[in-house]
Amino acid sequence: MNIATRLRSLPPAAALTAPALAYLSLFYLVPLVWLFTRSFMGPVGPTIQPYIDLLSDPFTWQVIGNTLRVGALVTLVAFVIGYPAAIALSKARGIWQIVLLTSIILPLSVGVVVKAFAWQIVLARNGLVGQILVATGLFEQAPQLLFTEAGLVLGAANVFLPFMILPIYSVLGLMDPRLPEAAATLGASPLYRFIKVTLPLTLPGIVAGAAFVFSMSISMYVIPSLLIGDRFQTLATLTGRSFLFMRNEQVGSTTAVLLLAISVAIILSASSLARRVGGVR
Amino acid sequence: MTAFERLVTGLVYAIAAFAVLFMVTPLIVTVAASFGSASVFTLPPPEWSLRWYERLGSLRGLLPALVTSVQIATLSTAISLVLGTMCAIGLTRGRVPGSEAIISFLISPLMLPGLVIGIALLQFFREFGLRDAWVSLLLAHVVITLPYVARTVIGALSLFDFTLIDAARTLGCSYVGAVRKVLIPVLGPAFMTSGMFAFLASMDNYPVSIFFSDAWTKTLPIQMLQYVEERPDPTIAAISTGLILLATLAMIVGDRLVGIRRMAQF
Repeated sequence: MNIATRLRSLPPAAALTAPALAYLSLFYLVPLVWLFTRSFMGPVGPTIQPYIDLLSDPFTWQVIGNTLRVGALVTLVAFVIGYPAAIALSKARGIWQIVLLTSIILPLSVGVVVKAFAWQIVLARNGLVGQILVATGLFEQAPQLLFTEAGLVLGAANVFLPFMILPIYSVLGLMDPRLPEAAATLGASPLYRFIKVTLPLTLPGIVAGAAFVFSMSISMYVIPSLLIGDRFQTLATLTGRSFLFMRNEQVGSTTAVLLLAISVAIILSASSLARRVGGVR
Repeated sequence: MTAFERLVTGLVYAIAAFAVLFMVTPLIVTVAASFGSASVFTLPPPEWSLRWYERLGSLRGLLPALVTSVQIATLSTAISLVLGTMCAIGLTRGRVPGSEAIISFLISPLMLPGLVIGIALLQFFREFGLRDAWVSLLLAHVVITLPYVARTVIGALSLFDFTLIDAARTLGCSYVGAVRKVLIPVLGPAFMTSGMFAFLASMDNYPVSIFFSDAWTKTLPIQMLQYVEERPDPTIAAISTGLILLATLAMIVGDRLVGIRRMAQF
């Protein structure tokens, strides 16, 4: 069957998908493919020279290392706080449920510039976190947090935390609450129940949440600008600055393609992983 | 419950309580800082004052940026709602092959780095000679807002039973009447919440918009970040408090329309 007959055999309603698909193809897919192919075009013909130049520079590897390390740390912090929070949310009722949901959704709808700016205040030397650390007696003097990697990870984990909690909460909502109970009646200990029932059932949510948080934290731009400054570069900040300040579009395009490649790899591996862990059910 | 179980449950709730505190802290700190009198942030502020709100009016560039942002967000949300809804109907009614892949494609701009999308569009527009900042911003913002609408409306439509429309028609409704009386009430909440999130996402967008702003056309986040970098005083906290108020209002409206629990469906 050729394409024309196949198209004709579709119900007419299928044509309604055309405008959105055409729009995204023209203003999203084609430009991305364009960026990708152009990054392999030299002045005289196809070339991988920009990539060789970039990847033979130890600075690039440091930048890639920064990007992946910060992404992994932010994801880890978000998971450690987010998983128990999602469990508590799924069990909460009444006023507690509303408090939890509000504290997740409200920050989600407040802009990243607002939140990054707030973290500048919170992390400042005599800011809230410093004061708390001194009050607990752990530190004699407020530690430097602003313009450090710890401060960046803390601020970013805060901004992206809802994206970890919500997917896990969604799968917990789909889970039959009688399953852990059934395991309990069959004599499973709480720990065994958690490892054998709850954890596998929430894995698709964990994978989705981790993929969201990781892909957002490797591509953040505003948060590092305000919380750590110019000395610390990630692929995203290097890309942005190459275009906006250094006017070096060659380097910017190449790092943008690297960032794109990493993001696509995350999306693809997360979706195949989600399919595999989802299939365990 | 054994002692161990009680310990674990306690720990779960302690972390959840910490998470609540952690998430609302930036918002509370911003609001508190905006009402403080000192130009250097101290918490709690030595004295309460409204001076940063009074200074808002004298900040140059703030109002035009706000106007641009609202225009772009409103238009891109409206375009996304039209395109997204048409596409959702096409996907659920059209038996389109590979619809799973199409949905992934529609939602994928949410997962890719905004900076990369911005740079790709910048080079693309330049190649075709599109230099108008406002038009470029609008075209780019539809790419950002469409996934929000597509995700929610496709989800809502796939749960909708289309035989209800046939039922309404056998009972004497015209097709348009059936759509208006049956489909719209069911989909209304999905339109409202997805439109709201799309609007807020557009208002907040920095990484894509930065590539299309020029000296005359700036969006609010770009103007704000510029102020923060030049002169980080609590005037920014005053603007931020206004935006937090806007988000709170949006959330209350969303809760009235669909309930806060459904807004958390991801």
